[in-house]
Amino acid sequence: MKREKAYIIPPAERATPDLASGKYLVMWQGPQHPGITGNMSLKLVVEGDSVVDCETHVGYLHRGFEKLMESRLWMQNFPLVCRIAVPEPDFNEYCYAAALEELAGVEVPARSVWLRTMTLEMIRLASFLMWIGGQAGAFGHGTIAQWSVTMRDYVLDLFEELSGGRIYHMYIIPGGVRADVPKDFFKHLLDTLTIIEKNLDDIELVMFHNVVFKMRAEGLGYIPKEWVDTYGITGPNARATGIPRDLRKDLGYLAYPQLDFEPITCTKSDAFGRAELRLAEMYQSINLIRQMVDKMPSGAIREKLPNPLYWKIPAGETYVSAECTRGEYGFYVVSDGSDKPRRVVVRGPSYTHAVSVMERLVRGVNIADVAGLMVSLHTYPPEVER
Amino acid sequence: MDIKDFIAPFAVWKRAFEKPFTVKKPIDERPGAPRYRGFHMNDAEKCVGCGTCEAICMNKAIDLVPLQGRDPKEGDSGLRPRMDYGRCCWCALCVDICPSGSLTMSNEYLWIDSDPDVYRYTPGVDSKPWDGSELGYRRAEGYRLLEMEREKMPELGHTEAVKSFLELIKGYSREQAEKEADRCVSCGVCIASCPAHMDIPGYIKAVRDGDMDAGLRILYETNPFPEACGRICTHLCEEACSIGTGGDPVAIRWLKRYIADQVELSDYAKALPRMEAPTGKKVAIVGAGPGGLSAAYYLALLGHDVTVFEKEEAAGGMLRYGIPEYRLPYPALDKDIGYIESLGVKIKRGKAVDAKNTLSKLNSGYDAVFISTGLPLAYGLEVPGDKHPRVLDGVAVLAAATRGEALGLGKRVAVVGGGNVAMDATRTALRNGAKVDILYRRREEDMPADKEEILEAKTEGARLVEKAIPLEVRDSGDGGVVFVWNEAHMVAKEPGKRPVPEAIPGAIKEERYDCVISAIGQGPDLSFVKESDGIEIKRFKPVVDSSGKTSVPTIFAGGDLTNDKKDAISAIADGHRAANAIDRILSGKGA
Repeated sequence: MKREKAYIIPPAERATPDLASGKYLVMWQGPQHPGITGNMSLKLVVEGDSVVDCETHVGYLHRGFEKLMESRLWMQNFPLVCRIAVPEPDFNEYCYAAALEELAGVEVPARSVWLRTMTLEMIRLASFLMWIGGQAGAFGHGTIAQWSVTMRDYVLDLFEELSGGRIYHMYIIPGGVRADVPKDFFKHLLDTLTIIEKNLDDIELVMFHNVVFKMRAEGLGYIPKEWVDTYGITGPNARATGIPRDLRKDLGYLAYPQLDFEPITCTKSDAFGRAELRLAEMYQSINLIRQMVDKMPSGAIREKLPNPLYWKIPAGETYVSAECTRGEYGFYVVSDGSDKPRRVVVRGPSYTHAVSVMERLVRGVNIADVAGLMVSLHTYPPEVER
Repeated sequence: MDIKDFIAPFAVWKRAFEKPFTVKKPIDERPGAPRYRGFHMNDAEKCVGCGTCEAICMNKAIDLVPLQGRDPKEGDSGLRPRMDYGRCCWCALCVDICPSGSLTMSNEYLWIDSDPDVYRYTPGVDSKPWDGSELGYRRAEGYRLLEMEREKMPELGHTEAVKSFLELIKGYSREQAEKEADRCVSCGVCIASCPAHMDIPGYIKAVRDGDMDAGLRILYETNPFPEACGRICTHLCEEACSIGTGGDPVAIRWLKRYIADQVELSDYAKALPRMEAPTGKKVAIVGAGPGGLSAAYYLALLGHDVTVFEKEEAAGGMLRYGIPEYRLPYPALDKDIGYIESLGVKIKRGKAVDAKNTLSKLNSGYDAVFISTGLPLAYGLEVPGDKHPRVLDGVAVLAAATRGEALGLGKRVAVVGGGNVAMDATRTALRNGAKVDILYRRREEDMPADKEEILEAKTEGARLVEKAIPLEVRDSGDGGVVFVWNEAHMVAKEPGKRPVPEAIPGAIKEERYDCVISAIGQGPDLSFVKESDGIEIKRFKPVVDSSGKTSVPTIFAGGDLTNDKKDAISAIADGHRAANAIDRILSGKGA
C-alpha cells in the first residue's frame, strides 16, 4: 500500500486568510455545539459557506485521569477508568482489568471472559445507537435520534439490571466480573435485541433510503485507503476503506475466537459508507450477543485477588487493546512493583480521527455539513485528552 | 436516487399510531433495578466502625464520625461511615469490601433538597426513607474482596500431640504468614481491645513487608514477651478483629509469634532500641513473671538499675510453671527472658521475698518496688475429704511437670474446674497417659477457659462432665479416691444475669479416680507484706491506682495480684504502665 508522506498539514499549507478583504470569516464551532461530539472546538476559516481551513482545538475536557491514577491503589482505579469515555465505559474497564491481570499473572474464569465479551458487545450496540442518532440528527433527522436513543436506553436498562448502574457499569473488575447475571437476564436481553433489530430495520428504511441523507452524506469526508496507516486510522473508519482490520479478529482476545463472525468492510469510505458499515456492525453485535447467550459457559465469575488495600503488582509494563466502536482502544500500564500504577496511558482512537483526519477532511466542506462529517468519523473528545 | 428514496422517509409516520416509548411520570414509575447502586444503607448494629469502606473509597467520600449517644461495645470503634454525596461515585467498592457486610445500597436514586448539607449523612444513624430496603446493590454471593478464611496453621495433630510435650502449633511459614497478614485491613479496632494496646496493624504490616526488624521493634514498644504472647496470649484482639465479623479473625497471635521466631536472639539488639544512660536509681521487683519482667525491661531501658527477686529456680512465673511445654516451649520463653536479662536486669533466682525476707527490707534498699507475685495459693475444693493426699492442686501439678518431677497421677484422673489451669492440667494428665474427666459446675459455654483450649482438651480425649457440683471426696481403699458429685440444672434466678447451677435432689453420682486435680482458682500470698509497710489492702489485694501505685508512693503492684483479667498480656501491660509511673517518680517528673 502506498504510504502518504505528509500526515500533518504543514504551516505553509495553512490558509492565511486576509480577513480585512471581507472574503473570509473565522468562526468557531464548539466547544458547546450540538454538532460537536463532546467538548472540543473547530476553528473554521470559511469563504462563503464552504470551509477553507480548520484548526482543531482540544483542552476543554482534560481531567487528568492518567496522573490521578498514579496516586490511587490498583483497585481504586477500576471505578475511575470507566469515566474516561462516557458512552463506552466498558472498554476502559476491560483494558485496565486485562492489563492488571496480565501484569499480575492472574487467569480469569471462563464465564467471566464470556460475560466480559457480552458486555462489550452490548455497549458497542448502545454506543452505535447513540451515534446513529447523532449522525441522523446532524443532517436534520431528529426523529431517528429519538428512536435510537430510546433503544440505547433499553440497553442501558439491561446494564442497570446486570451491574446496578446505567452509564458507569463498573462491572468488569480486575479478576473477573462483579456479579453473575440476574434471574431472567438473558430473556430480557434477547427480547430487547429483537426490539432493537426491528427498529434498526425501520432506521435502515427511513435513513438509508432517504434522499436528503443520501445527497448530503454521499461523497462527504472521503478517506482514501492510503490514509489508514498514515494517520493510524482504526475501526469502522478504516474498515470503510476496504481494509478488514478488526482487533476482535486480529488479536482474538476474550471469547471472540469462539464466535462466528467476519470483519465487515465496504469501499465507499465516505460518510454514507461509514454509516452503512456501522449499521451492519450493529446487526453483527446483535448476532454476536445471541451467539454468546447460546454458548455461555457456567462456573465461577471471579478469581480471588490479594487484599485490594495492599495489592502490589510485579514490576513490568504491558499494552492491552480492544476493538471499540471507534477503533483500537488501548491501555499502556507500567508497574514499578508498588501498590499503585507508575504510569497509565490511554489510547483513544478518536485522537487521530478528531484532530488530524478531521482537519484534512473538512477543507472544502459546506459549513452545514461539518457537523455531519464530524459525527461520521465517530469521535469522542473525552478519550482524546482523558 | 430512485423513487423509494423519496417515499421511504414517510414510513416514520407509522409510529404516530404506536404506543409511545416514553412514560408520563418517570419519577413515579421508574424504580431502580433490584441491583441498582442507589443510596447507602448501613446496619449500625452490625457495623463495627472499622473504616475499611473509608480506606477503599477512591473519592474520599466516606468519613468515619463518632456515633453519638451510644456506648460502643467491645471491638467497636464507636465510629460510623458518613457519606458525602458530593464526592461519591457509587462504585460500591465500600459495599464489596465491608468486612461485616453491614454496608449495602438501596435502589433509591431520587433525593431532592434545597439544603446541600443534607447530602452528607451517616447511613443507619440518620434515618432515611430507604432504610431497610430489600432491593439495591449487594455484593455477589460467595465473592469477597477480602480473604475471610484464616490461613491454616500447621499443627502436630492431636493423636500425635497427646503422646508427648512437643509443641502443638508449628508456626507459619513465610508464605503463610504473608498471606495471613494480607487479610488484615489495618482498621486498628484490635488495638483498643489489647490490654497492652499493641500496635497490631503496625506489626502485621511489617510481616507483609517482610521487615522483621521493624516488626520486632513494634512488638517491643509495648510487649517484651513476643515469643510467649505469640503462643499463649488470650488474644482479645482476635475477638475484636473486624475481619472476624464476617469470617475468621486475622491470626494476630500467630503473626506475632512469626515475627519473634524469625529473629535470632543475638540479632535482637540490632533491631531494638538502645538503653538510656544509667540514672543511678535502683528498683526492686518481686516476682519474675510477665508483669515483673515487663516492668524490669522498660525500667532497664530507661536506665534504671533493676533487680528481680524470684522464689523459683527459673524465671517466667506462670508462663513457665503454669503453662505446659506443649503450649509454650521453654526455649521460646528463655529467649524473651534472655533479652530482658541482656539489658542488665539482675534476676535473683531462688530468692523469695517472704515472711522472713520482707518487703520493708527491700523498700529501704531500693528507690522503688514493683510487686507482681501473682496468685500462687490454690483454692481448696471446700468439700469433705478435700485434704486427702490424692486431691492435688492444679497449679502445683503444672509446676511439678515443669520441673520434670514424676507426677504419679495414675490412670484415671478427675480435673475439677473450667478455667485455663484446669484445661492445662487435663492435657498434662492426658500426656502422662491418664484417662481424664473434667468436672465443671456450670455448662461448657460458661467455662472461663479459652474456647480453643476446651476444644483441644476434648479432641485429645478428655471427657467433659458439665453441671457437676462436688460433694465429697472419699478414700477408695485402693490408693485412689471416690469423687462424689451432685448433678445440677441451670436456673435463671435473676433476669439478665447468667443462670446458676442448682443441685437436682437425689441425682448423686460418684466415680473412682486415682487422683483428683483441683483447679478452681487461686489466691494471692502477701505474707511478705507487713502492716507497718503501710500498704492498703482490700480483699487480700493491694489497692492500686491506674498506674499500679499502692498507697505507698514508691511501691507499685500489678499482674494477676491486682488485675482481674488474670492473663499474661494484662500483667505485661501493668508492668509497662508501672515502669513508666516509677520512672516519672524517680526522675522527678512527678507522678
